Amino acid sequence: MSLDLSNYRDLALALLPELVVTLAAVVLLLVVAWRHQTSADLRVAAWVTWWGLVAAAGAVWWLWWNTARPAAIPPAAHAAPMIAVDDFRFVADWLVLGTAALTVFVSFDYLERESLLAPEYYVLLLFATLGMMLMAGGEDLMMIFLGLELMSVAVYVLAGINRRNAAAAEAALKYFLLGAFASGFLLYGIALAYGATGATNLTLIGVQVTTLGLQKSTMLLIGLGLLLVGFGFKVAAVPFHMWAPDVYDGSPTPVTGYMATAVKAAAFAALFRVLGEAFGGVPAWREIVWWLAVITMLVGNFVALAQRTLKRMLAYSSVAHAGYVLVAVATGTAAGAAAFIFYLVAYTLMTLAAFALLAAKGRDGERDVRIDDLAGLAQRRPWLAFALAVCMLSLLGFPGTAGFIGKWYILVAATQSGQVVLAAILVLASVISAGYYLPVIMAMYMKAEPFEQAHSGMRLGPLGSLAVAVSVAGLLFFGVRPNRLLDLARTSGAAVRPATAAISGAPPTAPKLAGN
Amino acid sequence: MYAHWILTALIAWPAVAALAVLIAPPRVAKHLALATSLAELALSVPLWWTFVPSGGMQFELDAAWIPAWGIHYTVGVDGISLFMVLLTTLLVPLSVLGSYSYITTRERAFYALMLVLTSGMIGVFVSLDLFLFYVMWEVMLIPMYFIIGVWGGENRIYAAIKFFIYTMFGSLLMLVAILVLVYIVAQRTGAYSFSYPWVLAHAGGLGPAAFWLFGAFFLAFAIKVPMFPFHTWLPDAHVEAPTPGSVLLAGILLKMGTYGFLRFALPFFPAVALHPKVQTGIVALSLIGIIYGGLVAMVQPDFKKLIAYSSVAHLGFVMLGIWALTLQSVQGALMVMINHGISTGALFFLVGMLYERRHTRLVAAFGGIARVVPLFASVLTIVSLSSIGLPSTNGFVGEFLVLIGAFKTYPVAAIIAAAGVIVAAMYLLPALQRVIYNPLDKRENERLLDLSPRELAVLLPLVACIVWIGVYPKPLLRRMEPSAQQLIQTVRAASATVARGR
Repeated sequence: MSLDLSNYRDLALALLPELVVTLAAVVLLLVVAWRHQTSADLRVAAWVTWWGLVAAAGAVWWLWWNTARPAAIPPAAHAAPMIAVDDFRFVADWLVLGTAALTVFVSFDYLERESLLAPEYYVLLLFATLGMMLMAGGEDLMMIFLGLELMSVAVYVLAGINRRNAAAAEAALKYFLLGAFASGFLLYGIALAYGATGATNLTLIGVQVTTLGLQKSTMLLIGLGLLLVGFGFKVAAVPFHMWAPDVYDGSPTPVTGYMATAVKAAAFAALFRVLGEAFGGVPAWREIVWWLAVITMLVGNFVALAQRTLKRMLAYSSVAHAGYVLVAVATGTAAGAAAFIFYLVAYTLMTLAAFALLAAKGRDGERDVRIDDLAGLAQRRPWLAFALAVCMLSLLGFPGTAGFIGKWYILVAATQSGQVVLAAILVLASVISAGYYLPVIMAMYMKAEPFEQAHSGMRLGPLGSLAVAVSVAGLLFFGVRPNRLLDLARTSGAAVRPATAAISGAPPTAPKLAGN
Repeated sequence: MYAHWILTALIAWPAVAALAVLIAPPRVAKHLALATSLAELALSVPLWWTFVPSGGMQFELDAAWIPAWGIHYTVGVDGISLFMVLLTTLLVPLSVLGSYSYITTRERAFYALMLVLTSGMIGVFVSLDLFLFYVMWEVMLIPMYFIIGVWGGENRIYAAIKFFIYTMFGSLLMLVAILVLVYIVAQRTGAYSFSYPWVLAHAGGLGPAAFWLFGAFFLAFAIKVPMFPFHTWLPDAHVEAPTPGSVLLAGILLKMGTYGFLRFALPFFPAVALHPKVQTGIVALSLIGIIYGGLVAMVQPDFKKLIAYSSVAHLGFVMLGIWALTLQSVQGALMVMINHGISTGALFFLVGMLYERRHTRLVAAFGGIARVVPLFASVLTIVSLSSIGLPSTNGFVGEFLVLIGAFKTYPVAAIIAAAGVIVAAMYLLPALQRVIYNPLDKRENERLLDLSPRELAVLLPLVACIVWIGVYPKPLLRRMEPSAQQLIQTVRAASATVARGR
């Protein structure tokens, strides 16, 4: 199916999944306006959200099935498309939609139990998801920025949805202030990139860079640096990770899980597309990302080692994992792109399930769950303990789980692109991570319950259990038979590539080169 | 027919049965596990007769697993791995039987883990695909980690995490080395494949990269063996592990390191391995291991720790035998690998039986118990003599072959190693004397029970092996000779080519 994106009908088709999510959000807003009192209303909102997400996933699938692609005619430079229609977008959309759907399940019982009777939660979730989809599909820096803001504003509120909790309020404020800074950096970066190339469309920037020889343009490089800072904030890469532990720690746990997975995945997807399509011809970013990856892996892992509470440990572990993903980005090869997607999927499954299990501990007190508080869980709640153990092993990158295949793929990509040192640092960082993932397993299986009924308060709810079961089954399945997912990752990763001379002619308003 | 599915069955059967053990009623878990492991043994026994010594890799099975990455499920055995597989299938039922009264909590989980461990161990020895090998190598860590950490002694958690992190550190570097090696081979041949024969055929002449790759493999295997100075995890793990855990740890898991040298590190990087400096260094480390392990064992008050350090010394012989690289020394190394599994396994069982009776393992707590428990004393004497390497026991055959073989290439090293045999007598005989001979001066020891029929059933097969291999080792030697010969030839030829090219 070939879509002429300058035509409204085709454009609407290309945007169908986003439109479905928007529709669901608007409908839900109307529903919530009348029904926002009881926990029954909460359940209605949850199901509306869930079906909205499923419908959007169906729309993505429909586009995919019909191999929707933009029309082959090179669009005129002034009407370059704002949205990409390729496999990379579809996979990323599925990832964020799936994460949101699982988050709905995890939140279902959690909100009632913590008496957070605010159905707006789900509206915000939908809007955040919409923002993520625009980020992952944005073919233009402006579109990516709008998507990022839509997502961020919604998530700021989600972080502080528990108004009675001071920590949550602090988390939300902190996230908002630092997030605003990050957006500022991003905008400056976009402005400078526009200043250097005269374009905000990713493909056009890429063409301009090669045709005008801007590889060493100071303005472009500063713009690139600021873009990296902005995205670095969102993916919580060191040294822009300072907000992450406090915000993850203070937010309601299902929101934390959503932030650590979907927000990060969307930001990574946008970063990946920007670097691949717009800056594919600028070699400078490889080195910057190389260093970002190294310090993110090392700092994330070492600091996680020092944490005593499970939630902060998982927060730092998600920083460390951002470092692993950056290794895949740093390779800049086709294998790296595929490894990037595979790892994001595996990471999402394991992190989401881990936070969901932590949410089960609940009672407003999950912030204070120390690793030793899980002692003896294996005897009381063998299935919960098993699920958490699988998540920990997968985060550790142990064979038999998707986390291993993901790490293996990143290592393959790194060694193939000659980054053997980076690969060695990655495995050493993984060894460090054994120092904080294993104690969780040790506490659950090897220590005795501190007192009778220590785990009686744990409640996951049927839907939450389903979400965890699906994630854990996925982790184990992809750990043994990754073949289909690997193919998917390869084909969709190949969709993001540096601009070729597909677009003829420079844009009419090409400025005289500024910083050359 | 048998030839195709047998190895896969040996891997799959315990893993499947482990699920059954998990859901069975707790009472029958151990019986079910014993039946499973006996069936595994019965399945593996025909390997002994159907194996053709001069046939190279046999019982092969190859199936695509992740074709996109050139990963296959490939298994097979030759004269080197055959005995490791048989040793595993022999020791597992004995370990299960030996834990009948030792393990009293969470039995289902314990026996299920033992069976999963069996799958992993067999998998390591039969894998002919580097990816499969790595997965098996790591997967087997988990059951052992739990066995030490859940059913171990007082310091079990420390020991378990130390064991895990040491091993993982080495193996992850090996993972990077595997990937780089496969990539280099792929660049040369155009085929990205983790197949062992394929990589082996095209791994020659790697130049300076070979040094680093060998280093990564070396670290992984040297930690596992463990070679001095990477051995510090071993005493902790052994002392804290429950008896069956110690038996399998010493009997099988340590051999994975030496097996890795024979199967991967030596044939892949012959030029580095036989580089005079590397060779001298490794031989020196082996000798330090032999002497140092023996001397440290001599001063241990704890009988189990004594045996643990004696393992460091025995494995030093294996490394010396491998690196001397003559036919006798390599065969001797393989023999020591088998013998150490049998004798040290039996010693750990015996110490475990003492511990079950007295809840102490201190040598000083016993004395003169030969009069109270004559059966126990005679078995302990036979096993100790075999561990020392007395002629007509299995220990003698292995160490003697290593020494003869090594004398040809490293006469000085062989002489020092021979002194190690004397050290072995110096730590084991006094301990033996203090436990079972000396005057019976402690009242608690007067009412010890002698070996029960179940315990005899655990020990007698091992004693039988000790005598059989000690008197008539030819059937074993005959089966391992062609493979050892071939290994030596390939390694020597490859390193000679490189040396000429220099």
